[in-house]
Amino acid sequence: MIYLDNSATTKPYPEVIESFVKVSTDYFGNPSSLHGIGTQAEKLLSTARKQIADLLKVKSAEVFFTSGGTEGNNLAIKGAALANQNRGKHIITTSIEHPSVMEAFQVLSEQGFAVTYLPVDATGRVSVVDLEKALREDTILVSIMHVNNEVGSIQPIAEIGELLKHYPQILFHVDHVQGIGKVDLSLADAGIDLCTISGHKLHGLKGTGVLYIRQGVRIAPLFSGGNQESQFRSGTENVAGIVALAKAMRISLTNCMLYTHKLKEIRTVFYHGLQEIDGVQVNSPVDGAPHIINFSVPGLKSEVLLHELETEGVYVSTTSACSSKKRTASKTVLEMYRNQERAESVIRISTSFHNEIEEAKQAIDAIGRAVAKLEKVMR
Amino acid sequence: MKFDHIIIRYGEISTKKRNRKAFVAKMRRHILWSLKDIPNIELTANRERMYIILHDADHKEVIARLQGVFGIQSLSPALKVERDIEKIKEAALYYMNQLSDPVHTFKITTKRADKEFPYVTNEVNHLLGGHLLRNIDGLKVDVKNPDFNLLVEIRREAVYLTGEIVPGAGGLPYGSSGKAMLMLSGGIDSPVAGYLSMKRGLEVEAIHFYSPPFTSERSRQKVLDLAAKLAEVTGSFKVHIVPFTDIQVLIQKQVPDNYSMTTTRRLMLRLADQIRERNHALAIITGESLGQVASQTMSSMFAINEVTNTPILRPLIAMDKLEIIDLAQKLDTFEISNLPYEDCCTVFTPASPKTQPKREKVNYYESFVEFEPLIEKAIQNIETITVVPNQQTIEKEMEELF
Repeated sequence: MIYLDNSATTKPYPEVIESFVKVSTDYFGNPSSLHGIGTQAEKLLSTARKQIADLLKVKSAEVFFTSGGTEGNNLAIKGAALANQNRGKHIITTSIEHPSVMEAFQVLSEQGFAVTYLPVDATGRVSVVDLEKALREDTILVSIMHVNNEVGSIQPIAEIGELLKHYPQILFHVDHVQGIGKVDLSLADAGIDLCTISGHKLHGLKGTGVLYIRQGVRIAPLFSGGNQESQFRSGTENVAGIVALAKAMRISLTNCMLYTHKLKEIRTVFYHGLQEIDGVQVNSPVDGAPHIINFSVPGLKSEVLLHELETEGVYVSTTSACSSKKRTASKTVLEMYRNQERAESVIRISTSFHNEIEEAKQAIDAIGRAVAKLEKVMR
Repeated sequence: MKFDHIIIRYGEISTKKRNRKAFVAKMRRHILWSLKDIPNIELTANRERMYIILHDADHKEVIARLQGVFGIQSLSPALKVERDIEKIKEAALYYMNQLSDPVHTFKITTKRADKEFPYVTNEVNHLLGGHLLRNIDGLKVDVKNPDFNLLVEIRREAVYLTGEIVPGAGGLPYGSSGKAMLMLSGGIDSPVAGYLSMKRGLEVEAIHFYSPPFTSERSRQKVLDLAAKLAEVTGSFKVHIVPFTDIQVLIQKQVPDNYSMTTTRRLMLRLADQIRERNHALAIITGESLGQVASQTMSSMFAINEVTNTPILRPLIAMDKLEIIDLAQKLDTFEISNLPYEDCCTVFTPASPKTQPKREKVNYYESFVEFEPLIEKAIQNIETITVVPNQQTIEKEMEELF
């Protein structure tokens, strides 16, 4: 099996699962309970929070646990917009965000917020100049992803942060779900106010995530309840998942330092290999994130190609997993190339530190065979 | 170009005469400790100043660490360059560009110790000033009240540039004033009192009264977390945890409600004094602030203080609560202190403690009770824990989960 769908989800590290099982079995207490069993759970929670804060180079009090990327993005965007709407109702994002950002903006626009969607160029990047032009007196929030989940384009977050430092009334949210552990980003230097991270994209478990909320930033909670997580996110904490997340993040960020060059080599193999296959168009920019390669085979339905590759033991995805069931064209690729056919025949390869160069070569061969075979049948 | 040394100015130490050497030695030890994991650092000292020779170390990191060292009045990063006007120009521009605060106006003060240098003082000022004005946008000269004064010292062996003055922590070198015991409750005040005492050169150890099951593991942990913050000053911090349950229960039973608080404090102080003696300390520090609570009225303190003639240091005595909170926030202890766990002072607080207790009365009530054996037992069962900064006080088994 060659698993190349790591941007959908990663395989948890075995030691992460060990931690999860051990905490669930031996330290099952509710961290809010006052007795000793609860105290132990709380200790685990605060240790995890400290470890994650250290890894992100932020303060413990700025780390909030969520159920993952979707919740983090919703909490950040809706929470920031609703808590600050008295100062203005204009919010800005890009046209290539993940559905959990897009839909949150959609909901807010139905509630009377004015939304500006920034376009991207053919490399899948927004321009800082466009952003500056879009800023208004009543702008209160800018939300821009770090690494695009479909094509891997890297947004100029540091430059945007630099620009927004001149507008202290505007909160800056970054969806860092695809970026963390792959492309460096300093939350403090980039002036980020809110940042979403998901556990299962870095070999942790599904249902875990972190929202960074800079000290001093107020957001409205989405849930009413027991006021856990400093009232920003009520609900009994998923202690086992959170401990597992802390461990997964530690291992992934270490791997990031040690093995990013390997990811880059694998990406180069794909990048050149794919370009040599007849009928294949690579969509990802040359300087994109090291773990995502997106390509199209215009005229071939992507789902058919995906299943053909599956018979060869190669697992890839069509657009992002979250949109794949809708059978629509890739919005990101459409934005970049303005070509419907190209956007409808998209395949995404996403790698992890577990992949090898040899696998990339085998996958290229399999893609070559599959494309040749299907083109014969379908045309 | 890189900063090659840092000038350290002494604060109050410079007013010491024959004892200066001992103070400087303490401060030197503290400085070396705080820089111990930075390789190739060199330290030299003379009567008025110390110099850190940086070699390859990052000057910002070194300065950040030195700002925590007591006894340092101020710090300045400095550049050493050849006696070549072009090199000096380059260095002056570099110095201006690395300043963290924005500078709009400046002046240059040149000291020409070496009279053989080919340019006179005024010429040097003009040459350097002109160079800076040409290369930095929006910069202006203001000789009367500049944002920044660049000092250029021309000596026979080299030329030195400095001028940025970074404030130090002040105070006296750690340990130069002897040792004292801090009564650390877990509240907002006592860690601040501990910090201020350390700043005056005291070596500090803490005493904490622990009353399980009335107070929980969490309140004990809270105290250790506070101690870990104080440990950031010196690398480690000792906490003596005194089992206090039996004594509190006995007081509760034997002393009338409105006097139980006074007696509790008196017993804490008696215990603290014995622990102080065993640890060769010469004073007890408390976080008391006048009038804040019933035990901190003048009458209360008068009644409580009767049990010892050891100096009781109260660094916060004249401070307002908001001032104390402000300091606690700067020390990063406020959030820990604010955690809502019961401690030994809150569990047994009577509904209306006497704010004007009388010595005679409290002595009378205590005369019926034999506290000595319990005091002896508590002293014997003290648990002493040494905490270090950022200590993860979790068990080995838990550690493996991360």
